[in-house]
Amino acid sequence: MNKNIRILIAKPGLDGHDRGAKYVARALKDAGYEVIYTGIRQTPEAIVKTAIQEDVDFVGLSLLSGAHNELFPRIVNLLREKGAGDIIVFGGGVIPESDIPSLKEKGIRAIFTPGTPIKDITDFIETVK
Amino acid sequence: MSKDERFRQKKQEWEAGTLKKVIDRSPERKAEFTTGSWLPSERVALPESGDFDDYNEKIGFPGEYPFTRGVQPTMYRGRFWTMRQYAGFGTAEESNERYKYLLNQGQTGLSIAFDLPTQIGYDSDDPHAEGEIGKVGVAIDTIKDMEILFDGIPMDKVSTSMTINAPAAVLLAMYIAVAEKQGVPRSKLIGTIQNDILKEYMARGTYIFPPKPSLRLITNIFEYCSAEVPKWNTISISGYHIREAGSTAVQEVAFTLADGIEYVNAALKVGMDIDSFAGRLSFFFNAHSDLLEEVAKFRAARRIWAKIMKEKFHAQKPKSMMLRFHTQTAGSTLTAQQPDNNIVRVAIQTLAAVMGGTQSLHTNSRDEALSLPTEESVRIALRTQQIVAHESGITNTVDPLAGSFYVENLTDKIEKEVWNYLNKIEGMGGMVHAIENGYVQKEIQDAAYRYQQEVERAERIIVGVNKFTIKENAPGGLLKVNPKLQEIQVEKLSRIKKQRNSDIVQNRLSALGVAAKDPDKNLMPFILDAVKDYASLGEICNVLRAEFGEYQESIVL
Repeated sequence: MNKNIRILIAKPGLDGHDRGAKYVARALKDAGYEVIYTGIRQTPEAIVKTAIQEDVDFVGLSLLSGAHNELFPRIVNLLREKGAGDIIVFGGGVIPESDIPSLKEKGIRAIFTPGTPIKDITDFIETVK
Repeated sequence: MSKDERFRQKKQEWEAGTLKKVIDRSPERKAEFTTGSWLPSERVALPESGDFDDYNEKIGFPGEYPFTRGVQPTMYRGRFWTMRQYAGFGTAEESNERYKYLLNQGQTGLSIAFDLPTQIGYDSDDPHAEGEIGKVGVAIDTIKDMEILFDGIPMDKVSTSMTINAPAAVLLAMYIAVAEKQGVPRSKLIGTIQNDILKEYMARGTYIFPPKPSLRLITNIFEYCSAEVPKWNTISISGYHIREAGSTAVQEVAFTLADGIEYVNAALKVGMDIDSFAGRLSFFFNAHSDLLEEVAKFRAARRIWAKIMKEKFHAQKPKSMMLRFHTQTAGSTLTAQQPDNNIVRVAIQTLAAVMGGTQSLHTNSRDEALSLPTEESVRIALRTQQIVAHESGITNTVDPLAGSFYVENLTDKIEKEVWNYLNKIEGMGGMVHAIENGYVQKEIQDAAYRYQQEVERAERIIVGVNKFTIKENAPGGLLKVNPKLQEIQVEKLSRIKKQRNSDIVQNRLSALGVAAKDPDKNLMPFILDAVKDYASLGEICNVLRAEFGEYQESIVL
């Protein structure tokens, strides 16, 4: 396992449900990655800024309010605009299956819905990196 | 007098006093209650032997201190709990339709869900609102939206619960103003605002201002309502979200009651008399699937609060000592896998809430791990309550699990653990300090992490998730919020901003700003004036942001 991987776990939008985000952050940390967590209610701009400043390899977005179709692609686009399109973006939360194909087309590499074991996320990280 | 005699005497006193008073005023649902085989169902089953003194002290009679067995002497033999489904999405027009549908289906109270921009005091045209408008609730910008929301709903008859915290004063003001337009005086309004900011800092996240000015807004509401809106529940002190964030049942009760203590202290500090507001405090708990622990939790919570109010705050009125609560089934236990299984989970949780003596209940819909519920799912959730109420028989007797060795033992154990937490938090200087130093968040997160690790290792089985799994197709028929909504809502707001008298609005807003600088001023009348003249929620909150500042999350991982 590549232990120098840096991951930003972020909560875009106004949604305060952070149980999932904090769990994933802590579990990835326990798995040996370097993890930064933004806290809740971050704007896409603030998340992108942190991602670039912290020089992360991955950004994991968590959202349970239903605003994922607007906010996830916006973060991917902002990263590309800032020349950080190589940062891999994945997401999770209450996201209907039917929204996943279009999110993937817009550059979100993976979506992990409720009930996903943490191993699926670490497998994904190890495979794409 | 022997223990036996004392007990019989106590029972007679209860029958002639507490019980008779209630039955004379509101008779029971039926003249006679029986089991399925027509055996009589006792109103309150009592011990026939054992240590009656111990029983009197710890358990007692329903409707009497320490209220372990419930806050009313007849409980659901008198009337069922209020069936109240939390609902709201999209525009005020769409939510208004859903409320009318629910009332037609036999729901007995409304529960308003607001979208996140409304909950955090942003107008729909604010950049922070991008993508969130109408998603988890209805969007309210001005009193115009509130008028539409309650169009054709008689505000003197229906009781309304509003899940609103940081800007609770603004939404309450809008509610009062709309009711007055319907010809309903504020003294007649029945309902609840959540108005519980402390749990927002530790779990739910829709805070705006720092603790001190937030507590001022809360006590402003207590004072205003005790004079003007006497039937209104001015706060719903909530453990629900603490539990959803991953706390244990013990932590849920402990942190909720610790919040309650903080609010009581804040009100006493501004000179209020305990018995003038304590009876309007209400609570909100979660119902999980660990049925017996949950029942014990509700019973313990009632007993502890009664003791706190009597012994710590020296309340005199029994009403001030009663922990009345709303319950919602546990959203976090719903699975996206095999979603119909959630109906069964919700049914178990409904039993827990009812055997725990809840005053009102929201049952979650099977599809809520996937999206907002469809009308059909909401109907099944409401039917679940109706089946428990009418068919299960547990509503024919008060506190049916009292006296169970297991449940009484668990009730005692939970109480003990809760006192440990309460003492610890008191030692830290109260809940505001315990939140600011991250203690509470850490406790919740550790419990959440431990739980999830157990699920990961399959030491804890979640049916359909880590055992008994099947290959499934993506479920269809989910509710979609109109993607055009943002446009519609922004357009509506800009029209109102053009039509209103902007000079008056500016005057109202500056008067509010001036009043905010003086900590002795009650802000409610200023907010009421502002909403009546169509000042928007965002404008009002921005005035207060300028005066009070904004809370910064202390990140604990």
